[in-house]
Formats: sequence, structure tokens, C-alpha cells
Amino acid sequence: MEDAIILKYGISPDDFTRAGEASSDVKSKLKQMGVSPEAVRKVAIAMYEGEINMVIHAKGGEITVQITPDRIIMELADVGPGIPDVELAMKAGYSTAPDEIRSLGFGAGMGLPNMKKYTDEMKIDTTVGVGTTITMVVKL
Amino acid sequence: MAMTVEDVRAALGARVLVGREHLDREVRSACGSDMMSDVLAFSKDHSVLLTGLVNPQVVRTAEMLDIVCIIFIRGKKADEKLLEMARERDLVVLETGHRMFTACGLLYQAGLRGGAV
Ligand SMILES: Nc1ncnc2c1ncn2[C@@H]1O[C@H](COP(=O)(O)OP(=O)(O)O)[C@@H](O)[C@H]1O
Ligand SMILES: [Mg+2]
Repeated sequence: MEDAIILKYGISPDDFTRAGEASSDVKSKLKQMGVSPEAVRKVAIAMYEGEINMVIHAKGGEITVQITPDRIIMELADVGPGIPDVELAMKAGYSTAPDEIRSLGFGAGMGLPNMKKYTDEMKIDTTVGVGTTITMVVKL
Repeated sequence: MAMTVEDVRAALGARVLVGREHLDREVRSACGSDMMSDVLAFSKDHSVLLTGLVNPQVVRTAEMLDIVCIIFIRGKKADEKLLEMARERDLVVLETGHRMFTACGLLYQAGLRGGAV
């Protein structure tokens, strides 16, 4: 782990138009480091969906990205409402997002399935009323 | 037969809003949707995105997917802030008066495909 680089981002819940700035920053840093375009894209998509979820479903939180020589680990932690039924939430098309979010282009219920699709490992720790922490790994 | 952004532009009779200098870029597939997660489920190299949604998240979605060109359909007006974001990311942005169905049909006819997901 001596070669790990750690990036931390505070995710603000107030401004939907800025959601995705952290993912954008991670993407450009990984590109600069010479990580393969394929891996960069997987990380970018998975983290972006997770970041959007932290803004629309929770009240923001913190994202930590760990870059090691053989994997990238993303930890997205929020203190939002939690997910009562994770299995249901993982189903393609399932969404509790209001119409207002759908008119902004999100809330199709594809976020969690996309995060699973683009990562090698994904773990959801969630407690209703306490918050959700999602850990995702992309192998290099 | 490889297509370029210029071929796409010509097929739609579209106007270039950003990225006039990148019209020779290669295009291999296309995706049309107003729901960004549907677009994010689709990850192909050298793609164009057709959408009727106009907000900064369209540019971010294109950025995450390395999309070459965003096409705003049926005369949707992008504001200067959005266009500036696209410029910073080296994207091409086109605007067409066609609706989604017609725009997709014209590109399909011109030889562009969606590609298997
Ligand atoms: N961080 C989170 N906190 C609370 N609930 C969440 C969170 N992420 C996802 N969810 C729940 O899981 C559902 C499915 O999420 P997702 O697949 O991303 O679809 P969408 O965001 O389009 O609704 C959401 O509608 C929401 O109910
Ligand atoms: Mg989502």
C-alpha cells in the first residue's frame, strides 16, 4: 500500500449543476497518471452515478478515492436516509426519484446497476436513518 | 467505412456551436436519450450523443464517456455557460431542428449504428 495516492472530495447537496465535479477531477487526474482509458472510463462512470446519487437521494457526503498500482478503490459515504431494500434498489429501472429530478435527466433507476456493471467489486453498507457507504473497486 | 463528425453534421444539416476545429474526428456509433443514466449504460468509443436535455449534466455525461460530439435536437438552446463547459472539454456541440426520431433516422440512413450494449 506504500504507493497509494488518496484523493478526498466533499460533496455538496445544494447545487445539482455542480454534481459530478469530483468525478470529473478524478478522471483528469487518472488520465494524467497514465491509467488506461478503459479503466479511467469505468471509474468515471461509476463514480459519477454514485456522486449524483449522493446529491439527489442523500444530503451530500464525502468521497475518498484510493489509487494503488493494481486497483482503484472508491468509497462514497453519505449521511442520507439509507436504502431500506438494497436488492430492490439494485433492480434496473427502480427509482424513488421525483419527477423534478427526471426532468433533469436522472432518476431512470439505472445508476446502481451501472455502478455494478462498470466495477469489479461493489459493496453497499446502509442503515435506514443513518446513511449509506458504497465501496467500489476497479482493477487495473 | 468510417464516418466523421462532419458527415454527421451534413446528414442532419446541423449547425456547429462548439468545436469547429474537430469536425474531422471519427464517429463509430450513436446514442439518443434524454435520460443520462441510459446514456451512461452505453459506453462505446467514438460515439455521438443526441439529446433534448439541455443542462450541465449532459456535458458531464459526455465527458465521462469520452463522447466526441453532443447533438441538441429540435432546436433546444444551449446557454453560453454550457457551451463554455463543452469547449473546456474539447467537445463538438451541434444543433439541429429535427426531432429525435427524425435525427436518429437520418443518421441510421447515413450508416451510423447504435452498437450492441
Ligand atoms: N446514496 C443513496 N442514499 C439513499 N438512497 C439511495 C442512494 N443511492 C440510491 N438510492 C436509492 O436507490 C434507488 C435506485 O438508485 P439508482 O439505481 O441510482 O436510480 P436513480 O438514481 O435513477 O433513482 C434510488 O431511487 C434511491 O431510492
Ligand atoms: Mg442514480
